[in-house]
Amino acid sequence: MNLSMKWLNDYVKIDVPPREFAHKMTMSGSKVEGYEIEGEGISNVVVGKILSVEKHPDADKLVVCMLDVGKGAPVQIVTGASNVFPGAVVPVALDGSVLPGGVKIKKGKLRGVESNGMLCSLNELGLTVHDFPYAIEDGIFIMEEECEIGQDICSAIGLNDTSVEFEITSNRPDCLSVTGLAREAAATFGKPFTLPKPQVKGSGGDIGEYLKVRVENPELCRRYMAKVVKNVKIGPSPRWMRERLRASGVRPINNLVDITNYVMLEYGQPMHAFDLKYVEENQIVVRNAKAGETIETLDGTVHSLSEEMLVICDGKKPAAVAGVMGGEYSGIMDDTQVVVFESASFKGASVRTTAKKLGLRTESSSRFEKGLSAKLCEDALLRACELVELLGAGEVVDGTIDVDNSNETPVRVKLEPEWINRFLGIELGREEMVKILESVGFVMDGDDIIAPAFRIDIEHKADIAEEIARFYGYDKIPATAIRGTAQGRLTPEQVFERKAVRSMLAMGCNEIQTYSFISPKYYDKIALPSDSVLRKSIEITNPLGEDTSVMRTTILPSMMEVLARNYNNRLPQAYLFEVGVEYIPTTPDRLPDENKVLGIGLYGPQADFYTVKGMAETLFGALNVAEADFIPCHNDPSFHPGRCAKIAVNGKEVGILGEIHPKVLENYGIGVKCFAARLSVSGMYEAVLPECRYKQLPKFPATTRDISVVCDESTPMMEVEKVIKKAVGKSLESISLFDVYRGEQVEKGKKSLSFAISMRSYERTLTDEEADNSIRRTLKALGEMGIMLRG
Amino acid sequence: MKEQLAQIKKRAMDELGACQTVKELEDLRVKVLGKKGELTGILKQMGKLSAEERPVIGQLANEVRQELEGKIEEFKAALKEKQLAEQLASERLDVTMPGRPFELGSMHPLSLVLEEIEEIFLGMGFNIAEGPEVEYDYYNFEALNLPKDHPARDTQDTFYITDNILLRTQTSPVQVRVMEKQKPPIRVISPGRVYRSDAVDATHSPVFHQIEGLIVDKGVTMADLKGTLEIFAKRLYGEDAKTRFRPHHFPFTEPSAEMDTQCFACGGEGCRLCKGEGWIELLGCGMVHPKVLKNCGIDPEVYSGFAFGMGLERVVMRRFGIDDLRLFFENDLRFLKQF
Repeated sequence: MNLSMKWLNDYVKIDVPPREFAHKMTMSGSKVEGYEIEGEGISNVVVGKILSVEKHPDADKLVVCMLDVGKGAPVQIVTGASNVFPGAVVPVALDGSVLPGGVKIKKGKLRGVESNGMLCSLNELGLTVHDFPYAIEDGIFIMEEECEIGQDICSAIGLNDTSVEFEITSNRPDCLSVTGLAREAAATFGKPFTLPKPQVKGSGGDIGEYLKVRVENPELCRRYMAKVVKNVKIGPSPRWMRERLRASGVRPINNLVDITNYVMLEYGQPMHAFDLKYVEENQIVVRNAKAGETIETLDGTVHSLSEEMLVICDGKKPAAVAGVMGGEYSGIMDDTQVVVFESASFKGASVRTTAKKLGLRTESSSRFEKGLSAKLCEDALLRACELVELLGAGEVVDGTIDVDNSNETPVRVKLEPEWINRFLGIELGREEMVKILESVGFVMDGDDIIAPAFRIDIEHKADIAEEIARFYGYDKIPATAIRGTAQGRLTPEQVFERKAVRSMLAMGCNEIQTYSFISPKYYDKIALPSDSVLRKSIEITNPLGEDTSVMRTTILPSMMEVLARNYNNRLPQAYLFEVGVEYIPTTPDRLPDENKVLGIGLYGPQADFYTVKGMAETLFGALNVAEADFIPCHNDPSFHPGRCAKIAVNGKEVGILGEIHPKVLENYGIGVKCFAARLSVSGMYEAVLPECRYKQLPKFPATTRDISVVCDESTPMMEVEKVIKKAVGKSLESISLFDVYRGEQVEKGKKSLSFAISMRSYERTLTDEEADNSIRRTLKALGEMGIMLRG
Repeated sequence: MKEQLAQIKKRAMDELGACQTVKELEDLRVKVLGKKGELTGILKQMGKLSAEERPVIGQLANEVRQELEGKIEEFKAALKEKQLAEQLASERLDVTMPGRPFELGSMHPLSLVLEEIEEIFLGMGFNIAEGPEVEYDYYNFEALNLPKDHPARDTQDTFYITDNILLRTQTSPVQVRVMEKQKPPIRVISPGRVYRSDAVDATHSPVFHQIEGLIVDKGVTMADLKGTLEIFAKRLYGEDAKTRFRPHHFPFTEPSAEMDTQCFACGGEGCRLCKGEGWIELLGCGMVHPKVLKNCGIDPEVYSGFAFGMGLERVVMRRFGIDDLRLFFENDLRFLKQF
């Protein structure tokens, strides 16, 4: 909402500078986004009168003008415009003047002839022909205003208003109007607010002879009022009205249309004007649209209407979409003779859905949809008629049509000063409260507060508290510390998650954050088969685009996108992780399961399968997760069939990791091997071991034995290790694989695994014999599996 | 025998001077003082001496032994010192060369600042609650006093899954879920992702983060709201941070406010960053609407509370001077590694 300060001053006298006005209004609840002082960018431009026009001696398209600018000798200015003539009154930018946009005008020579300034067009003053309809677009602005030669141009053409831009919240449609803001301003600055009742003289006749109105849906049209104006004289509105519309950001059109806009801006009540000659059968019917009906609106587009939309029809066809926009042929033309003014109350929700469906959000619909009181209709209608008489734009026919089904009862709330003080944390007397409330239109009735009709937002004592707080001043409410004790702490799960993040950071991984929604095509990119359950995603019915249309069921494609992006940016290596959510559908009417997952993705010259596996293992260690089994997985389509493992803890699957399948890499255009892991955060959390107990440091030395055994290439190392662990038994302190050998020394298809086995007793020093026995048992057990000591 | 001793001593002393290494010194010690050494050889012949001579020679031999041992140790120490000095001199490094770096990972800037904000509220006695991102219309709107057709729904362009299920447009539904489950006193914040159908550009993203906060207890006032959030602003922006509260409207709070912090770029004078206002909006807040309390089964006549919510991205952008929201979700390492 753009507010003209000149207009505001019709209703409340505000005499503070714009900055202070903006600040105080903001602090009382009408947020000012900014303000524009008209003519601020213009200086040293005056009204001049052309004394003579002569041809330029050396240029065909230039003329040399002598001007009277009100002081001293005439000024010579060269111009290229062709519409200048002796006697014309024009804006003159003198030497050293500034025009909007910071354009500086200096004297100089044009083709050898001295020019001491510039004659201005509308455009050069930041104006358009809508501001001065008698002027032409491309040429010097030949002024028809009453002004003095030498007068400052801004005051001469009324370019001295200030337009203040408000951001009005949706609960206050009453403030989308000059009078509404005037009321707020009056209360804010402690000034009187005056809103005189509009007076209409009338010119006889009877509206009943011109028009009949029938409302078929009183639920959606709670009130319909109309007045008729005859002998209409269409023309431009007077300058003051055009200026105010301009300052409000509305383009002036003609006097009748301007009046409807002016009243809407002034009272907050949208108005509509029909040309009676297009109202067939001279009757207006307010009804729901019929299936198949269409309307061409004022903006020239044809809309199909549906049955829940409310329309204003004449005897035959829809002439306007109620509260949204008029039809092409209902509007006011230059030949209009009789006008019908409509001032009605339409149900907000209906206007909102209709406007949304038609894609037609207008000044009118955005006011109606917030909810307007039916009480507003009458004064707005009278004000329009008053303006018609004031402008001499026509004769108002006596009589008013008023189909009123509104039945609004005023809202009453009990004034509870003690509760309000307690709620806000202030101490304000009852009388002060009443004074505040009355200043914004509330009326006291004993202990009850009666809210004014235009305050559709008031229903509870908390609303009253807000009114008090706003004008008492939010800045005057003290700032106190909350009482009571409370212990803020992370839950064990939250601690666990933070620890997981810390561990990933310590391993040199960079955290990423990716969108939760993806394109269904991403599933193709990670090579999910067409019947994969992971393709069943939560779908967004109104996505921004296909790229963001389904909620991911796996974090993997998001990770791959980021790896690809960094690869394309020529980063030699990337070690990344994300704690993200996977959304797994349940039943259609229930929410999906939202599973937190730790995703790891990496590539780089040093990276291989064991890098990502090592990360997972280190992470589990850092998080004190029970020992994990890595089970070879040959059938996950996103991973290399020979380089992928499912991870299970306590027999429960908690994730998967491996090298990304070459086909998937190709889909992402990545030319290096990538490795990834998906680990369920809750899965890991559930497998956390009890906190460690301190173990006494050993008093006796360990005995170590190294063995190298030969097994089939296909035998997983872990199987061998498990046999060794079992065979060595209790005295085993640690076992570690320190070499894997394939080559000449062993048979083809076999590999040699070398383990360092450390044995220790906490009671005594183990004898060599005991150690040797353990190894003998181990070799025997291995031998039973066909695994022999390497010769 | 005396002469022999004197000779051994003299020879040993001469050889000592020629020793260049610790090993040579050790060899000398063995040769002279060892079990089979020269001096020991002499002592073995002591039996041949008379009873008068024995103690004299014995004492003399001991004196020679002690003297030689002392000398050898002295030379050893000096030699070690010298060797060490040579070694150290030869090991001199160019300490201006770069160190071998350890690759630490970096936290995403959004997580970094979020954790900082979480810590501030944990310190003020808040717990952290989480809630679903795919949410029922009821929790996201209806329970928060935003019935269907409420005009404020328009300002939050919503992604719908079904008529009743949507992607939450705010973290406020977690308020409702917490109040349904927990009886007052309540003190929680709830950070998380929210979704609005805004096309992607430098200042808009269909996915972004909010941090919601809620306190419900007996006798909570709007003054408490101011006090709490002022402390928060000071913890986040420093003790000098100035705040102002101005009226605003949210359907689920009444009275409602927005808290601005004074523009740090211009100190309140008004500049391009704050669009001339001198203040920058930080969060929305207000006293929990009695209807919302009632919807959650909390008696508004007994309890009151306040709630607040802020966008994380804007705080982070201002903090690090990031001018494009898209960077957060592009995850270019050259960006991530800066934090």
